[in-house]
Amino acid sequence: MSILAWTYIMVFLTFSLYLSIAWIARVKTTKGFYVAGGGVSPLANGMATAADWMSAASFISMAGMVSFMGYGGSIYLLGWTGGYVLLALFLAPYLRKFGKFTVPDFVGDRYYSDTARLVALICAIFVSLTYVAGQMRGVGIVFSRFLEVDVNTGVMIGMAIVFFYAALGGMKGITYTQVAQYVVLIFAYVITAVAISIMITGHFIPQIGFGSVITSGPDTGKYLLETIDALHRDLGFSEYTQAFGPGSKGMLDVFCITLALMVGTAGLPHVIIRFYTVPSVRGARISAGYALLFIALLYTTAPAVASFARYNMINTLHETPYSEAPSWVRNWEQTGLIAWVDKTGDGIMHYAPGDAFEGRPSFTGETGEFGQRLVSNPITDNANEMFIDRDIMVLANPEIANLPAWIIALVAAGGLAAALSTASGLLIVVSSSISHDLYYRMINRQATEAQRLLVGRVMIGVAVMIAGYFGINPPGFVAQVVAFAFGLAASSFFPIIVLGIFDKRTNREGCITGMILGMGFTFFYIIHVNFMGAAPWFLGISAEGIGAVGMAINFIAAVVVSRLTPPPPQEVQDMVESIRYPRGSSSAYDH
Amino acid sequence: MTKDLSMYWKKNLTYMVILLTIWGVVSYGFGIFFVEQLNNFYLGGFPLGFWFAQQGAIYVFVVLIFVYYFLMQKLDREFDVNE
Repeated sequence: MSILAWTYIMVFLTFSLYLSIAWIARVKTTKGFYVAGGGVSPLANGMATAADWMSAASFISMAGMVSFMGYGGSIYLLGWTGGYVLLALFLAPYLRKFGKFTVPDFVGDRYYSDTARLVALICAIFVSLTYVAGQMRGVGIVFSRFLEVDVNTGVMIGMAIVFFYAALGGMKGITYTQVAQYVVLIFAYVITAVAISIMITGHFIPQIGFGSVITSGPDTGKYLLETIDALHRDLGFSEYTQAFGPGSKGMLDVFCITLALMVGTAGLPHVIIRFYTVPSVRGARISAGYALLFIALLYTTAPAVASFARYNMINTLHETPYSEAPSWVRNWEQTGLIAWVDKTGDGIMHYAPGDAFEGRPSFTGETGEFGQRLVSNPITDNANEMFIDRDIMVLANPEIANLPAWIIALVAAGGLAAALSTASGLLIVVSSSISHDLYYRMINRQATEAQRLLVGRVMIGVAVMIAGYFGINPPGFVAQVVAFAFGLAASSFFPIIVLGIFDKRTNREGCITGMILGMGFTFFYIIHVNFMGAAPWFLGISAEGIGAVGMAINFIAAVVVSRLTPPPPQEVQDMVESIRYPRGSSSAYDH
Repeated sequence: MTKDLSMYWKKNLTYMVILLTIWGVVSYGFGIFFVEQLNNFYLGGFPLGFWFAQQGAIYVFVVLIFVYYFLMQKLDREFDVNE
């Protein structure tokens, strides 16, 4: 059976599974809709959190980024896992004990202020919408590459599926589909990594394999990483495992980016609200452990995939005549993810540092003398002739490893699972922010259960439409999503929630000043550096890392202003005292 | 009772400080600030600093969360604040 046929079968089967789960898990109460009834087992919540967290970018792009950046890619590996330690120690148990529905709920109640609630609500919506736009695009791209449909059709199919199960089942439907999506995506990811690890090093555990010796080919008997370092030296790249050097980020910048990603992870509303769904404080603590365990399974496999792919790519492409290139090179050239310009006119592909030409390939529609697709981009004058999209490192892996067609199809289903699970988690945040925090808490306190559910479902529809719009017309800033979403989450929520739990003296004035200053600075810096082309003027820290500075500003401002203004009322201080002890936690309650 | 509870909270904070110190040392210490020094040592084919940055720190993160869970389980029972 062909790859395409297998892909249709896999996608059909997995989508039917998600829709059936959603139908079984449909809800009739706001508690079910917002926090899945508060009865999700910690293990299931761990899986759902992992799927919620690992987006199309984690699944498709991350190994590719590490593959091209070598050591430099560690910022993502560390940054997107280390935040769970902060979440488990600083936030999850206490927010669970507090036991309301959303993050703005906590900010509004703890700081006895609707202004604070509103600022938190705007942050939550902004962060989630920026993030979800990228997910919808991811769905479209996977559809177009594997199912040969138009990107926009792919986005619409994705929208319809997510709308169906999110509107029907709310958080409950999302939670149980995410559990299924986690299983699909991790199986797809790990099975290909294991196959490639065995092929190159003979080890079936990729995490050990990439530190082992190569067992076949011309480099037999040499350590894989050592071999890649040597290849890099020969081609003029800096070594794969080398940490700092010419052309790489400085140590302070690497530190700040990693910190901003970690803190941002712990401050992302769609991750935080997952911990409201477990039945107890104990459950919240262990659930964070399960979540990171499940995430680590992919995040420790990714750097192994990255180095296998790097080795394979250089070996199969560099100084190989185009006419003798393996079939996957031409397959992916057809999709525009690989392009070759024959600068030397010898019919041989040369790979070197730098871009082969400016921008992404724009094909002329004609083919050159060796059958390669010609591009109209301005050619650069370096020795590199290859354009290789980083996403290929995961997408082409099964083909490179000669795995059967059904596994290639499974990778497509895995990519879709990753994108859909994250999109749905973000949509519920947008929906609950508007229907619960804005509509119910601030506009209509008398709303009935049925009215609130209806508003929640309608808001999912609106959010899906907005996300879909950005998926079809991606704004220029999608590439900057990382800087924005993490920088803003790090500089707004994290400090305010931590102080809210660990410092009784932090009051309304401190909270609002801290959030506005921290987030304002981060927002301004990212715009200034990423959109107005300014040099990174604050200690050379790039836009991705500035959230760490914004967080520090928020902390300092909140603490100082709180000391200069009256302390919070006694009942708020009592509430802070009570959330510190697990006893007496009920499941998330309405109010 | 109140005095008891402030001891509970103090112990919790102590655990947090210890665990977060380990968290910072393996990721920022071994993985970033001292990565070049550690890269002079090898773990099989891995330069050690590189291994911490791409593998080791992540394993330690997972262990830290479970250790905290077990410590707090014990502490909750000891001070009788468990659910």
